[in-house]
Amino acid sequence: MNEIVILSGKGGTGKTSLSAAFATINNNTIVADCDVDAANLHLILQPVNYYDRNFTTGSKALINYDTCTNCGLCIDYCRFDAISFHREKVTISEISCDGCKLCSRICPSHSIQMIPSDKSRWYAGNYRNGKMVHARLAPGEENSGKLVNVVREHAKKTAQETGWETIIIDGPPGIGCAVISSITGTNKAIIVTEPTNSGFHDMKRVLEITANFKVKTVVVINKYDLNESISSKIENWCVENNIPVVGKIAFDPEIVMAMINCQSITEWKPESETSKEIIRIWNQVKTDKCIIQR
Amino acid sequence: MTDHSNLKIAVASGKGGTGKTLVSTNLFWALQNTGTQVTLVDCDAEEPNMAEFISGEVLVRLPVTQNIPVIDSEICTFCGKCFNYCNYNAIVYLPSNHFIKVVEDLCHDCGACTVACRFGAISEKEKQLGTVKTMFLNSNAELIEARADVGVYSPVPVIKKAIHSVNDRSLAIFDSPPGISCPFIATVESADFVVLVTEPTTFGLNDLKLSVETLQQLKKPCGVIVNRAGLGNREVYDWLKANKIPLLLEIPFDREIARIYSEGLLLVEEKPAYQLLFRELLKTIEKLVKR
Repeated sequence: MNEIVILSGKGGTGKTSLSAAFATINNNTIVADCDVDAANLHLILQPVNYYDRNFTTGSKALINYDTCTNCGLCIDYCRFDAISFHREKVTISEISCDGCKLCSRICPSHSIQMIPSDKSRWYAGNYRNGKMVHARLAPGEENSGKLVNVVREHAKKTAQETGWETIIIDGPPGIGCAVISSITGTNKAIIVTEPTNSGFHDMKRVLEITANFKVKTVVVINKYDLNESISSKIENWCVENNIPVVGKIAFDPEIVMAMINCQSITEWKPESETSKEIIRIWNQVKTDKCIIQR
Repeated sequence: MTDHSNLKIAVASGKGGTGKTLVSTNLFWALQNTGTQVTLVDCDAEEPNMAEFISGEVLVRLPVTQNIPVIDSEICTFCGKCFNYCNYNAIVYLPSNHFIKVVEDLCHDCGACTVACRFGAISEKEKQLGTVKTMFLNSNAELIEARADVGVYSPVPVIKKAIHSVNDRSLAIFDSPPGISCPFIATVESADFVVLVTEPTTFGLNDLKLSVETLQQLKKPCGVIVNRAGLGNREVYDWLKANKIPLLLEIPFDREIARIYSEGLLLVEEKPAYQLLFRELLKTIEKLVKR
């Protein structure tokens, strides 16, 4: 099994557009969209889902007003500022509630119940080049790292069942727990960056994480011609630090046009320079030729 | 321009990289140029990068901490009540070995274990989560940066502390973290109005819908700025119209703007026409809030 994760640090560098292209070059591909907070890849791959499951992130406190004496003791105990008097009535803000259950335990009239929050969902489906697993975290939910684990586990199970080799993981932006869950145990990481100071800075933070997890990592500079001097700065830095830059992609409005037409760029304009460069990058990464052992 | 205002405006976006920081830094700069009392708060505590564009003289640096329980195994009777009370599996409890310990990374600082203990075996110590830095720009303008330490499970307490540090009488702009999970909610909760920045693409619209849905649950008024206008299609505009969500401003796609941003420069300084546009933006928001 070959698990390849696409990351960026900074949002908006073109991570998902590239993931979509990689996912539509070969058949028998498995895709795991691990950007569960703002999932977008399904808009291009349009899977027909055969699975649709709940995901329980924790629980929320709920007051039974038939027995509540409005004493307000729970307000004193709550450390998340989730309970207050609203129009002279004890009220719990569902969005601020952390699910610690302390209010329910200390309530003298036993009027607070914990309700599981299961509004997050995950899905699995068929798309034109293979199978896709994706998810949607409900607004304000925590535990995105756990949801990423569920998505990746199912992708691996699918790989075992089908005997297909490659899993492409579209990772979340940032450096938080969901990113770590997306990287753990993968074979390779591709970091998509852009020539801006913030893109450069965030790329270095993600590289620290992939190095910690000993994942072989390569860099792609997207929209490199929007600032060629920062692009060279990034390239030189990568050379000095022994990180292969496997490709540079010019800014191409056709990538946006492809997205609007629900296609990847390699499907939309297969003969364009952009597509050729992306296919070249993918073949290189897949066959491992470019990757220097760090 | 001194007639207002202590409005709190959050600048947010579901999708990363749409131009949130471009809007918040330039709105701040355009307003401080006119002598408005204004504070810019970088609430993106995981990846703060306001300082790449604007910086000032550091006035205060406050540590943000949470409480972590400490169990004194000399006093502990190994009754297991704290272990049962902890809803985050943050207490390891092996009574037969007389072993009990708090896993600090899993602790949410809810206080349940200290309430549970009848023997006074649990006290609390402080653990640092991050820092809030206040910077002085001039007599009217301040900058506040929330920065979470690497490896911290939630930046929310750091964000809340940064927002609490804002002078009540000052107009404030909160640069929100991306997404729709707790860090975003902690930021927009204290705002009077939310400016959502999007781009006119399929991904931009999809993430915009998620943000609007979340803000409607919170009953927060919002409006939209379309960045990189001219790329993509009209889908976003049609959706805004159909859902009666105000379009506040359009910033065209322009290689020159991309270059200015990439180098950490400010649009309102490099292209003075934007001064006026950003000042108008505030007026538009004020009208919408009054309504």
